[in-house]
Amino acid sequence: MAAIPGTTKWDAARAGEIIDAHLGLEGPALPILHALQDEFGCVPEAAVPLVAERLNVSRAEMHGVVTFYHDFRRAPAGRHVIKVCRAEACQARGGRDVEAAFRRLLGLDWHGTSADGRVTLEPVFCLGLCATGPAALVDGEPVARLDTDAVREIVEEVAR
Amino acid sequence: MSRIFVPKDVAAIAAGANRVADAIAREAAKRGHSIEIVRTGSRGAFFLEPLVEVETAAGRVGYREIRAADVASLFDADFLAGATHPSSIGKTDEHPWFAGQTRLTFARCGLVDPLSLADYTSHGGWKGLARAISLGAPATVDEMIASGLRGRGGAGFPTGVKWKTVAATPAAQKYVICNADEGDSGTFADRMIMEGDPFALIEGMIIAGFAVGATKGYVYSRSEYPHANATFARAIEIAKAAGHLGANVEGSGFAFDLELRVGAGAYVCGEETALMESLEGKRGIVRAKPPLPAIAGLFGKPTVVNNLLSLATVPFILAESAKTYADFGMGRSLGTMPIQIAGNVKYGGLYETAFGITLGDIVETIGGGTATGRPVRAVQCGGPLGAYFPPSLFDTPYDYEAFHAAGGLIGHGGITVFDDSVDMAEQARFAFEFGQAESCGKCTPCRIGTVRGRELVETILAGKADEKTFETLTDLCETMKFGSLCALGGFIPYPVMSSLTHFPDDFRRAAPRAAAE
Repeated sequence: MAAIPGTTKWDAARAGEIIDAHLGLEGPALPILHALQDEFGCVPEAAVPLVAERLNVSRAEMHGVVTFYHDFRRAPAGRHVIKVCRAEACQARGGRDVEAAFRRLLGLDWHGTSADGRVTLEPVFCLGLCATGPAALVDGEPVARLDTDAVREIVEEVAR
Repeated sequence: MSRIFVPKDVAAIAAGANRVADAIAREAAKRGHSIEIVRTGSRGAFFLEPLVEVETAAGRVGYREIRAADVASLFDADFLAGATHPSSIGKTDEHPWFAGQTRLTFARCGLVDPLSLADYTSHGGWKGLARAISLGAPATVDEMIASGLRGRGGAGFPTGVKWKTVAATPAAQKYVICNADEGDSGTFADRMIMEGDPFALIEGMIIAGFAVGATKGYVYSRSEYPHANATFARAIEIAKAAGHLGANVEGSGFAFDLELRVGAGAYVCGEETALMESLEGKRGIVRAKPPLPAIAGLFGKPTVVNNLLSLATVPFILAESAKTYADFGMGRSLGTMPIQIAGNVKYGGLYETAFGITLGDIVETIGGGTATGRPVRAVQCGGPLGAYFPPSLFDTPYDYEAFHAAGGLIGHGGITVFDDSVDMAEQARFAFEFGQAESCGKCTPCRIGTVRGRELVETILAGKADEKTFETLTDLCETMKFGSLCALGGFIPYPVMSSLTHFPDDFRRAAPRAAAE
């Protein structure tokens, strides 16, 4: 039976299948890296030479691509991922207080994952919810009009 | 059967629209009412969301800020017949927010089921493509030039002129790229189209492909927009299955295929050459121009790169004529702009209107001032690389040239309002911090300048600045403005210098504030 997406343990054969499925695309690197991260929860170091070889580019070049983009993780995230908007439109609506509340209540800095692997806190620059900020994505679900109380509820929810 | 409209735009979902739709379905079943719930995009009035509408003989009637807990009372009040309720706004079209708009690009958004081809067709869809095909490719390009449409991504370059260059460049393969990498804070128009009227973008891209001789299109979107991407990917499948895309578009003999690509969190990929590098599977590093993308773009082939809003406006221009579009607006800013009113504002959302309205009207009259009720202190126009305007510049007309003359830019149409609690020196520091995080690193003014700039503003914030610090900061901004390879480094001076010019006190009284922290 297939594991839950994003939690599959690294498997070079499975990774090879994922890569091969995208080789018909023009410029397939980003779709491949997204698909690998969807499957394994990150783009592990072991994936880099594999992708490089299939795309006929150097390892260094592929390392450069993976590390250029903020989205690609080198290790899996926590079970819950909270992406908090740090951009200006949210700042104008109290976003800096909301940022501080998330960091304080989770005891995490940006890009940090709790020791028990429960939650990861990530900054994001704009979710397009700029008239109803401060906004965040909690496990992919949008939340808006946040204040410190709402942050506390979210933090309690993910701690359960 | 009653038809009820509940948006599924992500901003409405964030306000609880999914729970409201579920509650309406449950309550109707319980009461034995036969209803159809249509999940639309948003009509753009985010302060009304979730806005529930009911179709009546007299038109659609709206109910604002509905929570799941309000649903039973809506049924009690007989909202299915359009009856009044404490949350009524009456006929939606007559609400001042909607009545004052000129919706050309956003004519359908929020009204239709975004994934219904029947809705799209019955609301004027595919007329533009049909007319383009009957005009032929060269006349379609001429029509776009005559419309005066300028790139809605920020640069404001005439869209038709770009098309003409690509059309005139011979190549076996050409591309159309839609730049949907809407990274600017304070903007959400691209997202709304992808979620609320995706076929308009698809039609616009087909027309572009037909006009310039390109057979392949890419939409480059953002990973921060998962809902928009899901809807748009589905729209492509539906359009393909119906023969609007593929080897023989609508039986015209013209082939056009379309693919959605999703970025990976790099703001700089909104810059067209970095975007193409990213599409090719490389680091999103800016290319030096020339060559122009219109001559040698994606994979070295002639490429149209247009903003999503430009492409989504194409079907209207072709369907209703260039002249109809160009009759709106002022000077060299023709047509309408979907203005996105965001930040600390009472009535925030998307407001499409002809160019020429003043900034003050947008902020104070349409936006209703701040949400906090405090005085407006600054308005950032055009995203994180846009200038901060003080209220003393509120008489500036919304027009590319007038904004430029006032030391700012229109950009992608975002307007972010701040009240008097904002610390403008801190906003200047943030502009550099953001630039440092997002610089692609290719050119020195941007790569080094953002770091040195942040350090200089931190010196100011710490109260350790002297006249030399300000001289260096101004000089650095000049270097970045004129020496950077692209708009990222080139435009960071806008938020910084506008803050320093219009709000000098914030840069002087920063010492005690920093000391107190």
